[in-house]
Amino acid sequence: MIPLLLGITLISFAVIHLTPGSPTDIYTQFNPKVSPEFRQRLIKLYSLDKPLYIQYWMWLKKLAHLDFGRSFAPDARPVWDKIKERLPITVGINVLAMFFIFIIAIPLGVMAAVRHNRFFDKITTIFVFIGYATPGFWLALLLMMLFGIKLGWLPLSGLKSLNYESMSILEKFGDIAKHLILPVFVSAFGGLAGLSRFVRSSMLEVIRQDYVLTARAKGLPERVVIYKHALKNALLPVVTILGLSVPGLIGGSVIFESIFAIPGMGQLFYLSVMSRDYPTIMGCLVIGAVLTLLGNLLADISYALVDPRIRVG
Amino acid sequence: MWSRFLERFLNNKLGVAAAIFLLILFLASWLAPWVVPYDPLAINVKAVLLPPSFSHPLGTDTLGRDVLSRLIYGARISLLVGFVAVGIATFIGTFLGALAGYYGHFVDTIIMRLVDIMLCFPSFFLILAVVTFLEPNIWNIMVVIGLTSWMGVARLVRAEFLSLKEREFVLAARALGASDFHIIFHHFLPNAIAPILVSATLGIPGAILTEAALSFLGIGVQPPTPSWGNMLTLGKDNLEIAWWLSLFPGMAILLTVLAYNLLGEAIRDALDPRLD
Repeated sequence: MIPLLLGITLISFAVIHLTPGSPTDIYTQFNPKVSPEFRQRLIKLYSLDKPLYIQYWMWLKKLAHLDFGRSFAPDARPVWDKIKERLPITVGINVLAMFFIFIIAIPLGVMAAVRHNRFFDKITTIFVFIGYATPGFWLALLLMMLFGIKLGWLPLSGLKSLNYESMSILEKFGDIAKHLILPVFVSAFGGLAGLSRFVRSSMLEVIRQDYVLTARAKGLPERVVIYKHALKNALLPVVTILGLSVPGLIGGSVIFESIFAIPGMGQLFYLSVMSRDYPTIMGCLVIGAVLTLLGNLLADISYALVDPRIRVG
Repeated sequence: MWSRFLERFLNNKLGVAAAIFLLILFLASWLAPWVVPYDPLAINVKAVLLPPSFSHPLGTDTLGRDVLSRLIYGARISLLVGFVAVGIATFIGTFLGALAGYYGHFVDTIIMRLVDIMLCFPSFFLILAVVTFLEPNIWNIMVVIGLTSWMGVARLVRAEFLSLKEREFVLAARALGASDFHIIFHHFLPNAIAPILVSATLGIPGAILTEAALSFLGIGVQPPTPSWGNMLTLGKDNLEIAWWLSLFPGMAILLTVLAYNLLGEAIRDALDPRLD
């Protein structure tokens, strides 16, 4: 995992720093009051005059102490502080989305596989194809139009209402939940289609196996055969998808957080890209990669939990 | 092989429908100047934000431009992005996958490590950053999407090469003194072309969606050039007063992506009847 992370930071660092333009452009081009000397001072301050590999080494040394450096933005706050206050929001939404993806997609896929080529299977297949093709941000706009504007049931943006502070604990909880419905639904939607399709094909494969036939021959009820004997084995490959779906979810958070005006990491990344805030950009990329690797690790662990062969071996 | 492929493909009604839809879309966007009812850039202050009607089937936007005309011109962007970005990704993926699969050992280890790294990347983050830094325009977008989406093809080609390596006809070719170059291009690649084709077709929708998302965020195709993504930005800004600005561009993306997915599946089924 560590070499992977190093590789990711190396590539991001190189790509970000080698693209033309410099963070100081923003101070100088749009602000005639800034003198060339000030520009030089900025470059010195941020060590932008040093060779790239030295800059990378300096950055890496600080990273080892979990120090992401200070933001280039005028507030110059430590990057980690900025990320820290936004990370729980993004992770929270994505974990919720992932949770819903799993509890909806698995039964859906199983039912479609059990009713292979029958009506229910065909309906879910259509749903899956449309789900695949729907741009998430467009779905978000449509839902905002329907539930936010036409019906007025759900708030359009942000995480809290204006009168949040004056609410009781229960009301606060309800308020946040109300704000989260649309973002969570939209970020879950794309993954839902993919995973249910995956569960279906994995299940179809398992149902043809001899041990399922044996279970049926023993006279076990169909429910036990499907949900105990077959599903357990069909879930093995599904678990790996967990790890692989993390980068997509994180990438998606840029779009959803900008649509719903949610103060999360995606929004922070977008803002820091717009202002060429290198340390914050690198910080977000590293955190994104760490989350992905954690997702993979979690997948590996749950793999061992579901599959005794791996635990022994 | 190709006539059997064609026969099986034509039996798949959904696949044929998707192919026809895409063909019409290609023709319409290619012949856009002759097809569209209005100039997509013509501002008309007398026809601002008109809902769909007989003279403007999909309504007009905040500057009085005809949405249908803009939609047809916007198709050019999406179709181009799909092709070029996937072309780049397929080229890189095939090249690296071929190297890894053919030479194995050290080369394989390095390339597959690179694949692992790229797969762990929150690639949308990186695309966003690079495109913004390089100045958002359509060519940068296509190149960057291509550079971040070659991993699937690389894995596929590598696996294909690994399984071909031990086959008798390859050993025979080698025994006859064929060069690496000859073996790769005359024996391996023709065998791998079918899965590459399928994976390329199924990769196009992803590229189209990524471009739309970038343009939607304002760092893709820049207005006034119409693209489906930046038309949706306008839709978002006028969500409360003009539903047609949001509905139709998104619908266009959905149908195009759906058509490519159906086409890809149809090609796969026609090439390999064993699957599903």
